[in-house]
Amino acid sequence: MTALVEVNNLSKAFGGVHAVEDVSFSVDAGQVYSVIGPNGAGKTTLFNLITGLYVPTGGEVKLNGESIAKLEPNQLAERGMCRTFQQMQICMNMTAIENVMLGRHLTLKSSLLTTLFRLPALTRGEKAAREKSAELMAFVGCGEYLDTEASAMSYGALKRLEIARALAAEPKVVLLDEPAAGLNAVETAALEDLIRKIAEQGITVMLVEHDMKLVMGISDRLLVLNYGRVLAEGTPEQIRENPDVIAAYLGG
Amino acid sequence: MIDRLPQFRLRGLVFLAIVVFSVPLFISNPFHYGLATQIALIAGAVVGLNLLVGFAGQISLGHAGFFGLGAYFSAIMTSTYGWSAIPALVVGAIAVAIVAWVVGRPILRLKGHYLSMATLAVGFIIAIILNNERETTGGPDGMPVPPFDVFGWELSPFGQYSLFGLDISGDLAWYLFAGIVLLVAVWLAQNLIDSPIGRALRSVHGSEVAASVVGVNTAKYKSLVFVISAVYASVMGALYGHFQGFITPSVASFDFSILLITMVVLGGMGSTIGVIIGAVVLELLPQVLADFQEMEMVLFGLILMLTMIFMPKGLLPTAASFLAKRRSKSAGGDA
Repeated sequence: MTALVEVNNLSKAFGGVHAVEDVSFSVDAGQVYSVIGPNGAGKTTLFNLITGLYVPTGGEVKLNGESIAKLEPNQLAERGMCRTFQQMQICMNMTAIENVMLGRHLTLKSSLLTTLFRLPALTRGEKAAREKSAELMAFVGCGEYLDTEASAMSYGALKRLEIARALAAEPKVVLLDEPAAGLNAVETAALEDLIRKIAEQGITVMLVEHDMKLVMGISDRLLVLNYGRVLAEGTPEQIRENPDVIAAYLGG
Repeated sequence: MIDRLPQFRLRGLVFLAIVVFSVPLFISNPFHYGLATQIALIAGAVVGLNLLVGFAGQISLGHAGFFGLGAYFSAIMTSTYGWSAIPALVVGAIAVAIVAWVVGRPILRLKGHYLSMATLAVGFIIAIILNNERETTGGPDGMPVPPFDVFGWELSPFGQYSLFGLDISGDLAWYLFAGIVLLVAVWLAQNLIDSPIGRALRSVHGSEVAASVVGVNTAKYKSLVFVISAVYASVMGALYGHFQGFITPSVASFDFSILLITMVVLGGMGSTIGVIIGAVVLELLPQVLADFQEMEMVLFGLILMLTMIFMPKGLLPTAASFLAKRRSKSAGGDA
């Protein structure tokens, strides 16, 4: 079986700063794969490279065996890759459910004429999208906010809303960038359950996270970055015992 | 719970229809009808501009250019080439759509001030062409436009018509026609906004990155809304020309572009009914202030300044949130 996401010798330099340097790894379908490392290690840069927001200076990313280095983020979404952001990207000019329905964009192909005259086909599609979106909002645990303006929602609820929007696109792989940042212990525990449930549905999850307890508990494999380079790669047990990782985290 | 009531979307449209059709109860003289017709046609263009500015978060400081192109295309085709008004209007709209698409593709890559400057330049170029092509446009002196006609039946502000046995003056007939056109324009705009395409447009405003990672081709949607708003301007421009009977390049002027964008901002960006209120206020204000003679422009500026300082979100959104607050207060704050 080929890997779902394959990263080969990926590099990104900003001027003289090598944010990501010669990183290679692969993620099998159905895994929960986490990227950890100290602040500034290049984790978010790595995600931005994989999801097409940055153009790599070297190396390549393959999704399902196809090189995706030249593709725009929206073309990656068409191929089944979606993500959330460390700095949440929510459309504050819309309601909560409209944000999730935006995630259905690719499944809702309607022509301009159907839209302008609001033909029955459009109404049917919208109704189905709304039902599916409400389902997803309940699934991630913000079902009570349906028609609330996004700008009136709490930080924790918006974090879950962003995950619902990513899932609405029916991705094969979803990348979560620090989903637990800013959440309290109870919310983090709920998030852990949610990530498990997402993985159970057969969606591959890639995670950037600082919360070690969360990461060690749910990951199938981990990648440790330090100064843009791979420090270690393996199962949680292997990582926990790796002397380089211990040195990087505890100093030495 | 899951199904939102359709009334929710129609409320604004019904309100607007009531206002449009009750205006003739309060006015009767031709001057007032003329003004009301002009407001309705300009408001239609503003509704289109609001799709671009209020919903998709882009800007155009050259929109009068498209209004002028539509007006001149119809004027030239109907007067010089003897076309009927409707084919001229439709072909003109298609031509403007193509111009907007060709121009929009490259300039919509720009953001903020740079986009403002580029659209400003587009407007200026169109105005300069209309001024200089004396052979076809009459240059700065303008050109006459034949009355609007449907299958040989002419609609002129000076005509006399009968509808269901009622005698209707040409002014009133034009007003009703313009009012219906405005209602259709609003209906189409509202359908557009509350749809997958509308969500994609609003997401370009809300977060372009979020839009792109769920598969929205943001460049495509920016071009699309730019074209749609240009077509709105073109159609309204064409009708405006037929109504006025005479047009000059001032319909494509920088001043008029600024007036259009001010109507959007004053009325309330992203509120279809709000921007129509903006158009009504900005068209009526100079009439009301005309009594103050040389103080007119000073007062006009002052009123605009104060509105923008105290109601930065625009007239209608500010009024709506004020009412919502009062309502929640009187409900006893048990929410």
